[in-house]
Amino acid sequence: MNMDKLISCSPRLLAESLSGKRLLEEEISLPEKCFHVLLSTKQLIPIPAIENQKGSARCIRCGNTSTHYFSEYPCGICQRKHLYCRNCIQMGRISECKPLYIWGGAEAYWPAHSNPLTWEGKLTPAQSNAAAQLEKAVNEKLPACLCWAVCGAGKSEMLFPAITAALKQGKRIALASPRVDVIRELFPRLEQAFQGVTIEALYGGSEHKAGKSQLILATTHQLMRYYQAFDVLIIDEVDAFPFYLDKSLMYAAKQAAKKQSTTLYLTATPRKNFRLQMKLGKLPHVFVPLRYHGHLLPVPKLKLSFYLSSQLANKKLPDSFRKWLINRQNPQRQLLIFVPKISMIKELKEVITLLLLKTGAISASEDLQAVYAADKDRETKIKQFRNRELHALITTTILERGVTFPSVDVAVLDAGHEVFNEAALVQIAGRAGRSADDPDGEVIFFHDGKTDAMEKARQMILDMNERGKKL
Amino acid sequence: MNSCVYCHEQIEQPLTWSTWLTVKKNSVLCAFCTGKLEIISGKRCKVCSRAWGSSICLDCQQWRELGDNIERNYSIFHYNDTIREMITQWKFRGDYLLREIFRNELKSAFEKQFADNNAPLAIVPIPLSESRMQERGFNQSLALAEMLDAPVKQVLRRKSGEKQAKKNRKARLKRDNPFFIAEPLKQAALIVDDIYTTGTTVRQAAQQLKLHGCPAVYSLTIARS
Repeated sequence: MNMDKLISCSPRLLAESLSGKRLLEEEISLPEKCFHVLLSTKQLIPIPAIENQKGSARCIRCGNTSTHYFSEYPCGICQRKHLYCRNCIQMGRISECKPLYIWGGAEAYWPAHSNPLTWEGKLTPAQSNAAAQLEKAVNEKLPACLCWAVCGAGKSEMLFPAITAALKQGKRIALASPRVDVIRELFPRLEQAFQGVTIEALYGGSEHKAGKSQLILATTHQLMRYYQAFDVLIIDEVDAFPFYLDKSLMYAAKQAAKKQSTTLYLTATPRKNFRLQMKLGKLPHVFVPLRYHGHLLPVPKLKLSFYLSSQLANKKLPDSFRKWLINRQNPQRQLLIFVPKISMIKELKEVITLLLLKTGAISASEDLQAVYAADKDRETKIKQFRNRELHALITTTILERGVTFPSVDVAVLDAGHEVFNEAALVQIAGRAGRSADDPDGEVIFFHDGKTDAMEKARQMILDMNERGKKL
Repeated sequence: MNSCVYCHEQIEQPLTWSTWLTVKKNSVLCAFCTGKLEIISGKRCKVCSRAWGSSICLDCQQWRELGDNIERNYSIFHYNDTIREMITQWKFRGDYLLREIFRNELKSAFEKQFADNNAPLAIVPIPLSESRMQERGFNQSLALAEMLDAPVKQVLRRKSGEKQAKKNRKARLKRDNPFFIAEPLKQAALIVDDIYTTGTTVRQAAQQLKLHGCPAVYSLTIARS
């Protein structure tokens, strides 16, 4: 990737573009002369991109140490074999052959804003309690603080006071998420809320690429290009991906933050290690157990259905699902149906369509669509569903979080499958009842054998509702 | 357990008597990724390998009238979105390991199509310019050539020039020949490369080879676009 065309060689612009970064030569679009001057004056410092000691390698950009994600190529320039990292190769290849460059010149200057917040909304009491805690963490320079907020708590607004505090002190801030949808959705809202501040959103294929603003929104991948850049780092949906990606996310976050910095974590479903740290009193945290509209979370119902997996494998739908469809409390609600595997979407779409047509839930087969990660029309279909142009949507776990539909019932087919872990099920349940007009929504887990994950997910929701009732 | 070199999903190998008792060729792709590759089958142009109802396609008839300098090209896959993305990641992003995706098919195409050629063939890779080599660190054509059981002869060199993927067909056909010979090759040659588009690259390489005494030139390419 590249800086905005050519960075002009003024010292201020160079510092803004390059300080806090760790880049390959091909990512630094400077005139060759300028690049060499910066090198010889030690304003750009080369460092090895792969650390390889005693046979165990580490990619310095993404932190990968798994041998499975390293491979070798015979280098046509040096005539020897080089290791390269396959984990972050989408961002340009990290190999033993080419160094990364860090900035050794003057630090960039970021302005202190006296009154940066241009948002005029109001926080609910539950939101402002959490917002105050996060603001305090920034002002007191705590290393970390976690906000455990239920799905639909309205967490972006809760961040405004903390961001405002940082901007008043002339600090540099990044908001990162593993989910690109989250970044896309947040960008216009933050731009509105902080109109006098330079903001960029960085993700694969984003319009912005330079990454030289005071407030950066980025996918975790993009964070890998930063090194000791941010005073305040906010990580949204910290638990959104499987473990190995989680690991490079944590590495990237740690590398991108300054040594003296504050990291704020936002999540609806914290992982074990975070919960343990909270229990041990090592991680300051705050709960937001109520949704912005003040209603409790819909509690999932578990429906046992014998032979469910073998029925689904034979493209048959369980009776319990059929019965539930006919007797829904509010047939006006849209339907979100989760299945564990992409292949299942293809196998079941037809039978589900037939069933929905028969029960009158949809009037034409086009009213039901299916989405999965690699689906080219994913954006369009989600948009259509949000605009109620579709009545029902079959999906894999890609829609488990980050998307909001006002009024849906949620069904999970084969909820006992391993992809539906505790966090996924809590997030899936969190799709229902998002709007104040219809805060209820049904959530049904269809299974043929209760799993720990289902039980724990239900318990987590009940616990949050318990807390919420006390507010 | 193996995982797919392309999507990293685990490769499920059902345990049956045959997988248990025989040593089977290991697939590096999962069934899902394999399923998205399309092998060219059925009728094809006998010169350039494009799917074609009769024996020689119109393009190749034109080449023949001008005096063609290759005997024939054999391509393995249709150039669809999946293979385009795989080749992009392999060649442009530099994910060298992905050549393994093509190993089995490339070897078997070589054996079926070219191994019992009258005269033994020398494998000739298309050379990379100096600046491309600086960027990528390896030559994809050589990476393919080295997977075959035949002597590789790097007899061609390339003058430095611009990326050809960006040029249109007309510009590519008109352009001066970017190749020159480092060392004459007196035996029949098989050029190995990733994609056959208009066939210009292969023919420019063949022109140089033949000018310097190579009796016949064939080509084997992964994808036919």
